[in-house]
Amino acid sequence: MSDWIDIAPLDAVAQRGARMIKTAHGCIAVFRTADDEVFALDNACPHKQGPLAEGIVHGKAVTCPLHNWVISLETGMVQGADEGQVATYPARVDDGRILLDRAFLTDRRLAAE
Amino acid sequence: MSKKLIVIGAGMATGRALEHIFDAGADYDVTLFNAEPRGNYNRIMLSPVLSGDKSYEEIVTHDAAWYDANSVTCRFGERIAQIDRAAKTVTAENGDVLPYDKLMFGTGSNPFMIPLPGHDLEGVIAYRDLEDTERMMDLGPDNKVVVIGGGLLGLEAAAGMALRGVDVTVVHIMGHLMERQLDEAAGYLLRKALVDKGITVKCSANSKEILGENGHVKALLLDDGTELPCDLLVMAVGIRPNVKLAADSGLAVGKGIHVDDQMLTSDPDILAVGECVEHDGAIFGLVAPLYDQAKVAALTLQGEEAKFVQKEISTKLKVTGCDLFSAGDFADGEGREDIVFRDPARGVYRRLVIENDVVIGAVMYGDTADSNWFFGLIKDKTDIAEMRDTLIFGPAYQGGTPMDPLAAVAALPRDAEICGCNGICKGQIEDAIAEGATDLGAVRAVTKASGSCGTCTGLVEQVLAVTLGDDFVIPAAASICGCTDMTHEDVRRMIKSRTLTSMQAVFQECGWKTSCGCHVCRPALNFYLLADWPIEYQDDPQSRFINERKHANIQKDGTFSVVPRMWGGITTPDELRAIADAADKYMVPTVKVTGGQRIDLLGVKGEDLPAIWKDLNDAGMVSGYAYSKGLRTVKTCVGTDHCRFGTQDSTGLGIKLEKTLHGSWTPHKLKLGVSGCPRNCAEATCKDIGVICVDSGYQVSIGGAAGMDVKETELLIQVPTEDETILVIKAITQLYRENAKYLDRIYKWLGKVGMDWVKEQIDDLDNRQALVDRFELSQSVYRHDPWAKHIEDKAETYQPLANLPLEAAE
Ligand code: SRM
Ligand SMILES: Cc1cc2nc3c(=O)[nH]c(=O)nc-3n(C[C@H](O)[C@H](O)[C@H](O)COP(=O)(O)OP(=O)(O)OC[C@H]3O[C@@H](n4cnc5c(N)ncnc54)[C@H](O)[C@@H]3O)c2cc1C
Ligand code: SF4
Ligand code: FES
Repeated sequence: MSDWIDIAPLDAVAQRGARMIKTAHGCIAVFRTADDEVFALDNACPHKQGPLAEGIVHGKAVTCPLHNWVISLETGMVQGADEGQVATYPARVDDGRILLDRAFLTDRRLAAE
Repeated sequence: MSKKLIVIGAGMATGRALEHIFDAGADYDVTLFNAEPRGNYNRIMLSPVLSGDKSYEEIVTHDAAWYDANSVTCRFGERIAQIDRAAKTVTAENGDVLPYDKLMFGTGSNPFMIPLPGHDLEGVIAYRDLEDTERMMDLGPDNKVVVIGGGLLGLEAAAGMALRGVDVTVVHIMGHLMERQLDEAAGYLLRKALVDKGITVKCSANSKEILGENGHVKALLLDDGTELPCDLLVMAVGIRPNVKLAADSGLAVGKGIHVDDQMLTSDPDILAVGECVEHDGAIFGLVAPLYDQAKVAALTLQGEEAKFVQKEISTKLKVTGCDLFSAGDFADGEGREDIVFRDPARGVYRRLVIENDVVIGAVMYGDTADSNWFFGLIKDKTDIAEMRDTLIFGPAYQGGTPMDPLAAVAALPRDAEICGCNGICKGQIEDAIAEGATDLGAVRAVTKASGSCGTCTGLVEQVLAVTLGDDFVIPAAASICGCTDMTHEDVRRMIKSRTLTSMQAVFQECGWKTSCGCHVCRPALNFYLLADWPIEYQDDPQSRFINERKHANIQKDGTFSVVPRMWGGITTPDELRAIADAADKYMVPTVKVTGGQRIDLLGVKGEDLPAIWKDLNDAGMVSGYAYSKGLRTVKTCVGTDHCRFGTQDSTGLGIKLEKTLHGSWTPHKLKLGVSGCPRNCAEATCKDIGVICVDSGYQVSIGGAAGMDVKETELLIQVPTEDETILVIKAITQLYRENAKYLDRIYKWLGKVGMDWVKEQIDDLDNRQALVDRFELSQSVYRHDPWAKHIEDKAETYQPLANLPLEAAE
């Protein structure tokens, strides 16, 4: 059963934008698309750890600000010729609020240990 | 027995009529008189003969063998003196009397000679026949000629002689050249092109008298007293239908010989064709309608039904080296509207005149490739309401099923110009391909097509594809990115022409394939929109690269650098103290003096940005835009303040420039330098815009670079005052912003448009001021300190969205 944590109002993230969340085990990037869908991914590019929350969001993808790798927000897969994947976490919008599944914190702690 | 047909004049119209008659096998025994001592030739081609491109032999349309084969009795060099319509005979100049069954007039026109005092001097000629042409061909670089008349004929004469090195002056009474075919703007462009060819052009000039010496022309005297010396004077001010013989023989004449739809005169046995006729109130001066008349006359002579209908005519002028087109009616008038397009970079001007949603007139200069299409709209009276917005760009920009570009290229005539810079036509490219140039590089090497500015590269490739079929695969067109097939240039044109003031509008109107673009197209579009519509468009931070979105340079570890402006490289102990304090307070790991005469605080955490900015703001410092495609630094030297060689206050000017330009967004970064003397300690000559101060003023040069390419600037202009220097620099910045492709530094853009064009824009004072005005309009929105703004209304977004300690997991 999912246990959703209320993170912030949807409006705190711009459309086609992203914000970063700090956790004890590193940072998460929360993305909001032009259609108000939200996604949560590790805030680190598989290439050289570029902060994805600073990238340009387009469609359901983000372009890393450091060297322009393009990463799918849905799958975390690196698009195009480059290879790699970023961890993704369940996220949704409810009543104008961004919600993340508490499991992501647990998962990250497990991953970190 | 064959009927006797006597033809008066072996001109372009009668030549064509005779062809039709013989082709149809009509039974006529033809006698052909011609006042000129030769048979039919292509009069239009006298201009290439004059310029030396063709010989007379090459423009003969009917030779002795042809007359022989069709049993034409030729009486060339003989004029018909008289006609006796009652007896149905003609009398030749030598007194011979010949009977006719049918008579055909084709006496053409007489050049009109203004009856100025001296017009009958030796050396005053018209431009009508081979004799005139040969007179002009005898001249060379030692001669001076005055041409009266800035119409088609006069300009062809002038251009042809100029090619022979003759010193030519054209005197035109009207305010602009070819006023009957061109409007003022196109006339202006034409004049400029002719002046470039070394021809002197005097408009609004009234001739008063032709001066002579020993019976030979010596000079033309103008109303204002100017005397233009000349060895030959060519009058090309118009033509009058040659009707004397017809009038003398009692035929109905007005401006020309009256004919009906069958080309019959008031005497049913006498026809008339060509420039000598008047049909339904109109007279004719171009060959297209004459050919129609010739056809009708031939059918009439064979007793067949035929009817001459006047058609809309267009002029594609062939004034050496200039591309001109005009058709229909383009006078201003009540209820008429204009659509005008100018592409100064390519020297292109287009104007359409519209009445009741129908195009009634068109003038094109510089790019006439689509002229057939526009002419079709005029002829067919097509309703253009639907395509009005993009009409001026031609068929390629019309909606519905997009035109297949290959089909459009295939349909182009051989003389359609493909490469404007080098004047290469489709035919020349086809020939080069036939001779073995089967790829772009080879075509470029052989013809130079696409070798200059490169904007026609796609067209050249399409010609290759059309000519070679499957053997040539067009390399993918350089579209902006995968979201669109359009190039930067295409999109920018759409943004301007369709007044697209939002990114959504661009996506919609240009058929973007993605919902919201990508990291490649969005920053470019954001720039184009804000540059073209500074007031209407709202800057979109989400379409900016992180550096511009957060006004700080991102580092490899995700931290940022902070660079406050130091106007013109000048700082103070207080500023330095504030920087030192900030560096301590925010634990900045590196403090570095940059190559741009200021101080960089490297390694600042994203969350700390608003706070460190606030501290710097409080000490009077603002963002240095060290991250922007916009104004970066204005590097200066110490100048007259301290230096023993300084000629002007270079530091002061640098500061003023930085203050006026700061905040402006440009296609790529913009760096300036101001040096106080040619020793150039501020390295001004490798900046995008450089100023070198000299005793007499300020040399402004542009197009330098010292990054991946190292370039020295080229001189744009020298001006006497600081104020003018600033105006010039605002204007050049605006020109660059309005015209360059996103991510082209000035030197790259300059390589495409050429320094000559840029100079013209800046030298023209009205244009310069208009650029400055548009620059200031844009700066009224963008000249501000983004740090202060972000501290005020965006500080929160620099913080994490949430901070979830470990316990939250439990
Ligand atoms: C800080 C500075 C180096 C320094 O420590 O001195 C610098 C740092 C960077 N330069 Fe530079 N350039 C700096 C002066 C220059 C100069 C010298 C100058 O301005 O006189 C040049 C050559 C002159 C020129 O521009 O023609 C220069 C030519 C470049 C280029 C090549 C541009 C080109 O058109 O070829 C790039 C790459 C680009 O812009 O695409 C670049 C890009 C960069 C970037 C922004 C790379 C990036 O995108 O991250 C660097 C940011 C470093 C960082 O982490 O903050 N930097 N860069 C200088 C800042 C000057 C300032 O005060 O604003
Ligand atoms: C330099 C030049 C460039 C031109 N360029 C263009 C162009 O680009 N496009 C275009 O459409 N048009 C052009 N024109 C106009 C075009 O040449 C004329 O419209 C066309 O030649 C008229 O044909 P025509 O048969 O009516 O008369 P012409 O071709 O002038 O022929 C008339 C002939 O009749 C002869 N003749 C006259 N009276 C008598 C008589 N009593 N007895 C016997 N013979 C007589 C004359 O000697 C002359 O040879 C150009 C004209 C000139 C001079
Ligand atoms: S030269 Fe410029 S871009 Fe290259 S490493 Fe140095 S600062 Fe960075
Ligand atoms: S770190 Fe993301 S592309 Fe290099």
